[in-house]
Amino acid sequence: MAITNPVPVSPIFGRLTLDAFPIHEPVILGAFVGTALIGAVVLFALFKYRLWGYLWTEWFTSVDHKKIGIMYMVLGLIMFLRGFADAIMMRVQQAIAFNGSEGYLNAHHYDQVFTAHGVIMIFFVAMPFVTGLMNYVVPLQIGARDVSFPFLNNFSFWMTTAGAVIIMISLFVGEFAQTGWLAFPPLSGLGASPYVGVDYYIWGLQVAGVGTTLSGINLIATIVKMRAPGMSLMKMPVFTWTSLCTNVLIVASFPVLTAVLVLLSLDRYVGTNFFTNDFGGNPMMYVNLIWIWGHPEVYILILPLFGVFSEVTSTFSNKRLFGYTSMVYATVVITILSYLVWLHHFFTMGSGASVNSFFGITTMIISIPTGAKIFNWLFTMYRGRIRFELPMMWTVAFMLTFVVGGMTGVLLAVPPADFVLHNSLFLVAHFHNVIIGGVLFGLFAAINYWWPKAFGFKLDVFWGKVSFWCWVVGFWAAFMPLYILGLMGVTRRMRVFDDPSIQIWFQIAALGAFLIACGIGAMLVQFAVSIWRREQLRDHTGDPWNGRTLEWATSSPPPAYNFAFTPVIHDNDAWSDMKKRGYQRPLEGYRSIHMPSSTGTGVILSGLSVALAFALIWYIWWLAALSFLGIIAVAIAHSFNYHRDFHIPAEEVVATENARTELLAAGVRA
Amino acid sequence: MSTTVIDTRDGEVQFHLAEEPHHSEGSSTMLGFWLYLMSDCLIFAILFATYGVVGANYAAGPSPKDLFDLELVAINTAMLLFSSITYGFAMLEMARNRKSATLLWLGITGLFGLAFLGIELYEFAHLIHEGATPQRSAFLSAFFTLVGTHGLHVTFGTIWLVTLMVQVSKHGLIPANRRRLFCLSMFWHFLDVIWIGVFTFVYLLGMLR
Amino acid sequence: MSELAHHTDNLGRGHGDSHGHGHGHGHDAHEAHGSFKGYMTGFVLSVILTAVPFWLVMESPLASPQLTAFLVVAFAAVQIVVHMIFFLHMNASSEEGWNFMAFVFTLIVVVITIAGTLWVMYHMNTNMMPQMDTMEQNEIGQQP
Repeated sequence: MAITNPVPVSPIFGRLTLDAFPIHEPVILGAFVGTALIGAVVLFALFKYRLWGYLWTEWFTSVDHKKIGIMYMVLGLIMFLRGFADAIMMRVQQAIAFNGSEGYLNAHHYDQVFTAHGVIMIFFVAMPFVTGLMNYVVPLQIGARDVSFPFLNNFSFWMTTAGAVIIMISLFVGEFAQTGWLAFPPLSGLGASPYVGVDYYIWGLQVAGVGTTLSGINLIATIVKMRAPGMSLMKMPVFTWTSLCTNVLIVASFPVLTAVLVLLSLDRYVGTNFFTNDFGGNPMMYVNLIWIWGHPEVYILILPLFGVFSEVTSTFSNKRLFGYTSMVYATVVITILSYLVWLHHFFTMGSGASVNSFFGITTMIISIPTGAKIFNWLFTMYRGRIRFELPMMWTVAFMLTFVVGGMTGVLLAVPPADFVLHNSLFLVAHFHNVIIGGVLFGLFAAINYWWPKAFGFKLDVFWGKVSFWCWVVGFWAAFMPLYILGLMGVTRRMRVFDDPSIQIWFQIAALGAFLIACGIGAMLVQFAVSIWRREQLRDHTGDPWNGRTLEWATSSPPPAYNFAFTPVIHDNDAWSDMKKRGYQRPLEGYRSIHMPSSTGTGVILSGLSVALAFALIWYIWWLAALSFLGIIAVAIAHSFNYHRDFHIPAEEVVATENARTELLAAGVRA
Repeated sequence: MSTTVIDTRDGEVQFHLAEEPHHSEGSSTMLGFWLYLMSDCLIFAILFATYGVVGANYAAGPSPKDLFDLELVAINTAMLLFSSITYGFAMLEMARNRKSATLLWLGITGLFGLAFLGIELYEFAHLIHEGATPQRSAFLSAFFTLVGTHGLHVTFGTIWLVTLMVQVSKHGLIPANRRRLFCLSMFWHFLDVIWIGVFTFVYLLGMLR
Repeated sequence: MSELAHHTDNLGRGHGDSHGHGHGHGHDAHEAHGSFKGYMTGFVLSVILTAVPFWLVMESPLASPQLTAFLVVAFAAVQIVVHMIFFLHMNASSEEGWNFMAFVFTLIVVVITIAGTLWVMYHMNTNMMPQMDTMEQNEIGQQP
């Protein structure tokens, strides 16, 4: 229930009262009971098998980029299940709320669901997935031992997790925003949204944004400073290139989001007049500013996956990537152009013909480098020996799907067309088309591609194919109806409908969503089956796909130090080049290796940040002050620790490498 | 240099280094910190842009001409400029490896920083007392936020400065501390650059409107 | 940090062929700390570049506010460059040019952001908040 009147603020609990727990809403209560049960089972298992110590020392406090990468992926997967649950709730609601039926979600709940779906899918699914992927792969691809700032990496992960925790708390304590995923004022102002929803939104994103920005800085520094000798810029693997551009975009756009949300929170907490309707405020300024972040964000999500498709296409076509240089330039051009198109998200604001045509044209121009990329992948496949393994299947599905999404995007870039289609389901279909068809399909390609590297065994093919077909067919069934509905003029975020003739399209879309649910289920089964049958799927070579880049040169999973000897690069397909020239793995001469030490400071800082955010959301000022001081104190105390590294002794390296030598020899004999 | 690495020693192509290359922890710090400053720059860019758009919306309230005291701003600017040069002196002493002189100049820098903050707080208190609160108009919201964000940065810079002084006096001018002093130097001078934008676009141009 | 930092690591760099100073080793005395002369030059220039615009605005020696504003902004731009060179020791070769590149990129984004925002919002204000008289004129103009 929304509490529309200002509630009294108690000095101890702020505005947190028992009413904040939504025990009277059966749907939320059900979700809560389900989550609590799963949580209890997990906790029980962790205690039963005494895993806390292991998790704490080996994972939570680890500064190893590989473990942090995997933790990001796990976070993304968990939040993905939450975000998808929101999606299917919406599809069911829209499929049944006809002919006077109110459906099963009331307006207050439905509005939270579509807001949470967008926020979670972008910030806590796509971002962790993409960051995790870059974290895992980039240092391996450039032949580095770790990232430039290993502690910062751990801290960034925990800040992202803290943001996710804050969003999840909103499910059961209070409410989430009912504003749509970008929280436009004046709807998100104090007048229209007086309760805690928008505050959860603001602080969740602010906390996670700290992590994202720092991880962006970290990865840029890593790529710039830590490359193996010989790897000049134009010898970097394409995935590393796209990661570099992505992180440049992160560092140069997330501060914008931070600043805009600060202004919004000042409006809500201090009573300033940035985005209000009176005293000179200007709500459209918020829309303008947030899209200056928002459009680069789109490319932050897709660029790394363009890198994945490049790696996958060339590996599974057994060919060098067609047009490496043009691929790099296309990526750089997209990076810069992504700052020149933001107004196409609000052509209807009324900036007039000159402004709209400028941004319409820049938007259309950006499709040129993207199209060049598609041709590069096609030409890489042309006359290649294509192996249709799972990563390649996802890549082909991406190309077919993404092109359609791209073309509807160009259509929307035409301002007059946009005036018709703005805020309609056509737009919803368009961006799901590019985000699912591009980002998610790319992630699935990447997961199937690099899983053997991370865990030492391949993923099960049968369940992978089941998941693939459910996903692809489900996607088309779920979103093509939305294009049609959008063209008919149905606006987005509707809860109930009057016109019974359009119900069939929503039912088809719901059917598609259930097919996608099967795809997700099959994927989870795929993971479980693969772990169960890991001995049969085992790969001892470290190079199961006949890979081309450096990450395949080391063992699977790689040792903590990645490479016993720092590789020297002569070609942009470094590992391919090494194999071709008969590279022999050195068997002696190992040295001790200098590595960063684990630390729990990141976890502590992130825990304090959750406390700070919770206190600010609920106006518990004493807790806010205390946790803020705590953050400063812990950060300063951490800076007094000058011993942050250790050496892996040479004997340990020898033991690890000898074990691998034996495995490789056994593999050759077998 | 890269060619010497790749050069064949005995006619064979070299695919790995026999010795450990030492990417020491500090080798990326300067670049990383610079990138952070660039991202911070964008936060200020947004605040400047916001001031540019709503800075003339007085909502029938006071305008810059009614509020700003340029003499006070000039003194404040002088404080920041002095603190910049004294920080420079601290860096020069650090380069000469003189610990106590470094600490002395750092201390003086900190005092200038505090003086700046004191004057700014006085100005804010004065404005609020006159009724020119951040809530009064979009112009004042943007003004307080832009100038206040800069002030917050100076505050954190000062806390960092004190922390570093303790660390230098405890551990001396070891490489890690030198690196940190260098980072803070960039931070401090960066804030000075932002202040140029503030006094020009907010105060001086505000008085011309 | 550790004594390892005292090794020079020229071997570790694939692209490290163009630096006159160490890449960020804290102990490296050649790191750009500037010189006394440099700092003093920067300081004196800054004092001048600050004092003149303040004088221009406080004493209004120029009749035209537009010209004054233009000069004030020009002085600020010059002073920012002075700070960059003499205090932040910015040059095209520090960190093998990456610092400078990052700065140029940021500058481009900052200019796009600020100029774009002002342009876009100005147009919205003129289009969406027309004065009453112009509205009436438009309506009259559209009469057949």
